[in-house]
Amino acid sequence: MAKAVKKKKTIRSIPQQRTPVRELDPQVRVKNFEEVNCGYSLNEALNEAERCLLCPEPGCIAGCPVNINIPKFIEAIAAKDLRGAYDVITASNLLASVCGRVCPQETQCEGVCIVGETLEPVAIGRLERFVGDTAIKEKWSNVPYIEPAGYKIGIVGSGPAGMACAADMAKAGCDVTVFEAFHQAGGVLKYGIPDFRLPNSVVDAEIENLRKLGVKFECNTLVGRLFTIEQMRTELGYDAVFVGTGAGYPSMLGIPGDSLNGVLSANELLTRCNLMRAKEFPNFDTPLPLGKRVAVIGAGNTAMDAMRVSLRLGAEKVYCIYRRSRAECPARAEEVHHAEQEGVEFNWLTAPVEVLDDGKGNVRAMRCIRMELGEPDDSGRRRPVPVKGSEFEFECDQIVFAIGTNANPIIGQTSHLRLNKRGYIDTDETLATSMAGVFAGGDIVTGAATVIEAMGAGRKAARSMKTYLRIRDSSGDQAGQPGFGTFLGIDLRERNFARIRAA
Amino acid sequence: MTETTPAAGFRILAREDFSDVTYSLVVHHPLMAKAAQPGQFVIVMSHESGERIPLTIADFDRKKGTVTLVVQAVGKSTKEMQQVCQPGTSLYGIVGPMGVPSPLAGKKKVVCVGGGLGVAPIYPQARGFKENGAYVIGVLGFRTKNLVFWADKFRACCDELILCTDDGSVGMKGFVSDGIKVAIEGHKDIDEVVAIGPPIMMKACADTTRPHAIKTIVSLNPIMVDGTGMCGGCRVKIGNEVKFACVDGPDFDGHKVDFNDLMMRLRRYKEEEKAALDRWSENCRIMQQKPTVVPGNGTGESSLGLPDPFEEAMGG
Repeated sequence: MAKAVKKKKTIRSIPQQRTPVRELDPQVRVKNFEEVNCGYSLNEALNEAERCLLCPEPGCIAGCPVNINIPKFIEAIAAKDLRGAYDVITASNLLASVCGRVCPQETQCEGVCIVGETLEPVAIGRLERFVGDTAIKEKWSNVPYIEPAGYKIGIVGSGPAGMACAADMAKAGCDVTVFEAFHQAGGVLKYGIPDFRLPNSVVDAEIENLRKLGVKFECNTLVGRLFTIEQMRTELGYDAVFVGTGAGYPSMLGIPGDSLNGVLSANELLTRCNLMRAKEFPNFDTPLPLGKRVAVIGAGNTAMDAMRVSLRLGAEKVYCIYRRSRAECPARAEEVHHAEQEGVEFNWLTAPVEVLDDGKGNVRAMRCIRMELGEPDDSGRRRPVPVKGSEFEFECDQIVFAIGTNANPIIGQTSHLRLNKRGYIDTDETLATSMAGVFAGGDIVTGAATVIEAMGAGRKAARSMKTYLRIRDSSGDQAGQPGFGTFLGIDLRERNFARIRAA
Repeated sequence: MTETTPAAGFRILAREDFSDVTYSLVVHHPLMAKAAQPGQFVIVMSHESGERIPLTIADFDRKKGTVTLVVQAVGKSTKEMQQVCQPGTSLYGIVGPMGVPSPLAGKKKVVCVGGGLGVAPIYPQARGFKENGAYVIGVLGFRTKNLVFWADKFRACCDELILCTDDGSVGMKGFVSDGIKVAIEGHKDIDEVVAIGPPIMMKACADTTRPHAIKTIVSLNPIMVDGTGMCGGCRVKIGNEVKFACVDGPDFDGHKVDFNDLMMRLRRYKEEEKAALDRWSENCRIMQQKPTVVPGNGTGESSLGLPDPFEEAMGG
């Protein structure tokens, strides 16, 4: 390799400090929906790229659910070959800008980074985002020459699982159509994750890349009800179908008063605000009245999003109510940190027991109880136990619950796909369902998880789909691994995957 | 398969105005016409910055590839649609058919009750029951004679039709609950009553049939966003359970529905809806457009507020 002349980097020779990323001032950003994390500049990215040791046996690739060749793209950044870096990432992941923002890198690639054993790990997520954003700015897209394989693929749901599966199947030469029930594609990336974390324009840019691969998006299409999975496989002529409809169906609080006006799910709050743009009411027609004192129940990423959205919509106080302690809080550390910076007040070891009304059907307050941690439960976390006699009244006029989701029932109601006892779609380890040619992945199989895990499932299902259709698997996973040569960017094992650089 | 979302949206082929606030839209959507079943609903967005409005499917024609929606102009969006949605124009979005279809088979004698706007969505049920061999008694309620619509369509599929008006200007004087009483007196073997209309009307219907222990199905239309079970905004209390009207319903056992909870939740965005409507009406005035078709009729524009589900007259 050309880089061999370069002196080998060691933990002592690399920049010791992780390159900080600029963020909007909490006092300013809490009044708008602009993106909090400003991303790296070129110089910052170059500096951070120097921190990668380019380990001969990198743990980060295996730590990535879609196995991006991380050292290779960082090496390209260091060589100022941003286009090359983009090519490396897109071999495994078409959504660099999205994943660089929303992946829980601390538990994935960055969690196993060798540098992290001594110093702070390489900021892989920030670098990925830098490359993805550069590609959007420069209007790069890697559209391979695709030889039609002659298969028609239907994808149900346009969220991260569906998008990842669609990309791989389109690259394999299939005629791919993605069906979405909402009026816009993107799934949770659009309705769920707020603009200050992932701008809708970034999602649209990534969707545009899929369109360039030939993927068609059909919105306003409720599969199951408009036509069934069975109909897709038979009369509509889809050779294979992927179901990635997400979990949805929010869990209820199940306490007295939880149907009062002013009690709503985080899904509803976020959908109204993000997708329906209630934050711009009345220029957009969807309303979203907000309380002055908003209590958000739960401490996952969705809860953090709900809190930070509430602040931006003008709530005076926003509280997090969580029955466990900070150590068990499932949200990404960065999200909790951002929420704290913006003024969210955390009430750990606190659980709601009743919502109290104002006599007019609205929320006046909430009765809460203090908890303490007992023995570990099935999840390995210490079980919260109520402290007797510790009930107290908590003043608030809006309650948002983000305590998890259950399986969406529509596909189960309308198809013969086998479900597990919790109502999620039953698959084998190849993500094949009980119906031949139908695969499923993402939250509708696993229950609520992360964007990148859903994308990983989408790609895994695509591999199984190719096996099922007897298309030779040429997707990025192996192609991106060391040991397989490329020539002019073409995977040498490949006959129908010549890259053409558009734009 | 043809594209279900052409750039131009979903074309409106025909429209009929039943009154100064009620109108029907016939929308071209062959796949939906093929899939639609009685009891199901759609969600409509009239334009890109609009809100998602759930509307029960009032009719569908599989041969012509159309679905018919009946809309009551009560808020900003539905009044705006009343102004804008003309034959030849398109809806930005329509998705469905949503909800669990109403089971129609196996009933010998049924009463189909529609009040006001509920008259439209009860029609496909009445027709469906008839096609499944049931003896169908229609009970329709309107405020007054000139608001009556689709009576002929009902006569064609009902074995008996009981027309009720609040003022007695046509048919019997009274509410649909009075009509149900007449039906129950005349027939001791009614299997099921299906009632669609304002919540207060459906509550009255359920109260009427409860002493007779006649199974009573009501179709609930709470506030929704996605309509696919994702937001929980449409949750309703059915007995001791919480159900989502969009994916678990919209049909539920009327004797188990907590109507007070439903009506309270329907008032959730009253202030915002009124503000939006006031603002829009003011814009229309500035633009010197007539906000609605017939001014000064005493039903629509004169009272700018939304009809309160508590106060809405039974039967219309």
